[in-house]
Amino acid sequence: MTTLPAQTDRKLGLVIDLDTCVGCHACVVACKGWNTENYGAPLSDQDPYGDDPRGTFLNRVHSYEVQPLATSDMPHPAAQLVHFPKSCLHCEDAPCVTVCPTGASYKRVEDGIVLVNEADCIGCGLCAWACPYGAREMDEAEGVMKKCTLCVDRIYNDNLPEVDRTPACVRTCPAGARHFGDLGDPDSDVSRLVAERGGMDLMPEQGTKPVNQYLPPRMRDEMDQVDVLAPFLDPVAEDAGGFIGWLDKALERI
Amino acid sequence: MNPAPSVIVFTTLSGLGFGLLFWLGLGLPSVTGWSAFAFFTIAYLLAVGGLIASVFHLGHPERALKAFTQWRSSWLSREGWTSVATLLVMALYGAGLVFFDARWWPLGWLGAALALGTVYTTSMIYTQMRTVPRWRTPLTPALYLALALAGGALLAGQVVWALILLPVAAVLQALWWVRGDGALAASGTTLASATGLGPGGGAVRAFEPPHTGTNYLLREFVYVVGRKHALKLRMIALALGYALPVLLLLLPFSHVAAAIAVVSHLAGIAASRWLFFAEAEHVVGLYYGKRAA
Repeated sequence: MTTLPAQTDRKLGLVIDLDTCVGCHACVVACKGWNTENYGAPLSDQDPYGDDPRGTFLNRVHSYEVQPLATSDMPHPAAQLVHFPKSCLHCEDAPCVTVCPTGASYKRVEDGIVLVNEADCIGCGLCAWACPYGAREMDEAEGVMKKCTLCVDRIYNDNLPEVDRTPACVRTCPAGARHFGDLGDPDSDVSRLVAERGGMDLMPEQGTKPVNQYLPPRMRDEMDQVDVLAPFLDPVAEDAGGFIGWLDKALERI
Repeated sequence: MNPAPSVIVFTTLSGLGFGLLFWLGLGLPSVTGWSAFAFFTIAYLLAVGGLIASVFHLGHPERALKAFTQWRSSWLSREGWTSVATLLVMALYGAGLVFFDARWWPLGWLGAALALGTVYTTSMIYTQMRTVPRWRTPLTPALYLALALAGGALLAGQVVWALILLPVAAVLQALWWVRGDGALAASGTTLASATGLGPGGGAVRAFEPPHTGTNYLLREFVYVVGRKHALKLRMIALALGYALPVLLLLLPFSHVAAAIAVVSHLAGIAASRWLFFAEAEHVVGLYYGKRAA
């Protein structure tokens, strides 16, 4: 059924710290590695060693440059580079689910994860049209829609050591920029992190009510561009005499 | 959006086919026997041909029947139901006309209503997309319905109705284009809202894409036609789709002129439908720095 549940028991999701992410793409590789051999069809690549390599990914890392506005305190603030991992946000009001004609896309009542039942997917692509975040990609080889499962086959998996029962991207992140938990529980670690750091929704005006939250990069303490060499480069011989003074005058005359 | 030929053929042909079925359902023209057979054959070829074309863009056409299950929430599923219901009801009505020389009016009216319902559900598949601001307006269903009615009237030989409805559709088309050109800016979705970066008005710029190659999203959603070509194509669509058919209808009636009017209308609407997709800016393009701020 592609109508959305009125509410879910839990709201499992990710909190992504844009202040900490170093843009190493380890989450992208870990995600592809786990998900190509577990839930559903493999994540295929086309022409991987040729001229036009492309493939299906559930998680991709963009990079943005932010030029803060000048203020009286900081007349020349330095530009910041922000690495920006993006995957399914498991929205509460997921537009991708309600457009699905077959019932293949659904949002789970027990934990809020948005999944695709690939046996029912006809590959019409409408859910990808409806997603403003580009979280869904049609697999070219399989002809079905692929998306982040929040590693549903890891987080409840008793065969894995407990430390590994988190999404592959969270488990692998060397910078600790990705956090996994229940965002519906105000006392959970992730909810407290969001409250402390001012976690934000992406594209709030789209009305999707995303569960995943992004922590904004902190403003730098010393954002203004300070040229440490400037004092040494000031003109030192304004009224030079002797040989330097003669050379200076000779050069002026040329 | 990627202007996929299958979807353009589908919306253009089936829109015209269901438009013709609407007029046939009303008994305009009031045909029976072989001439009814000819009209219904044309209508079904257009409507069904369009539907078959739309199946080609599916990844798994063999599972298409599952698309009838989610009519409670999905416009695509509703479109499936209304189109099949129209074709079944009109088949009965047409059989009455062709084989029994009998006009079962209630079936005709029901079929006409269902035909318009099909065009409406098709248009709502696009109109519901908040991700494509250019489509998200009541003008979209208005334009689709006006085009189906006008094209149907043209095919059904309803000259007076065609002369009224073609200019109405042309005005709606022009309004739709003018509104659409400012739709993304008016939607409030920007790279800043997409990333939450640059609070307080700092400038955000896409610095590096996530990958060196292309991907499904870029192919499907980030296609944009050049503005110069778009303007040319709009003029072609207006001239062929609306102006030339109206001129030909004003001439003394001849079958040749009518046939040219239909072909010209079809070509113009196909150009307009190509632009409908090619000009549509999906907001995901913002993440890739592919939309003017």
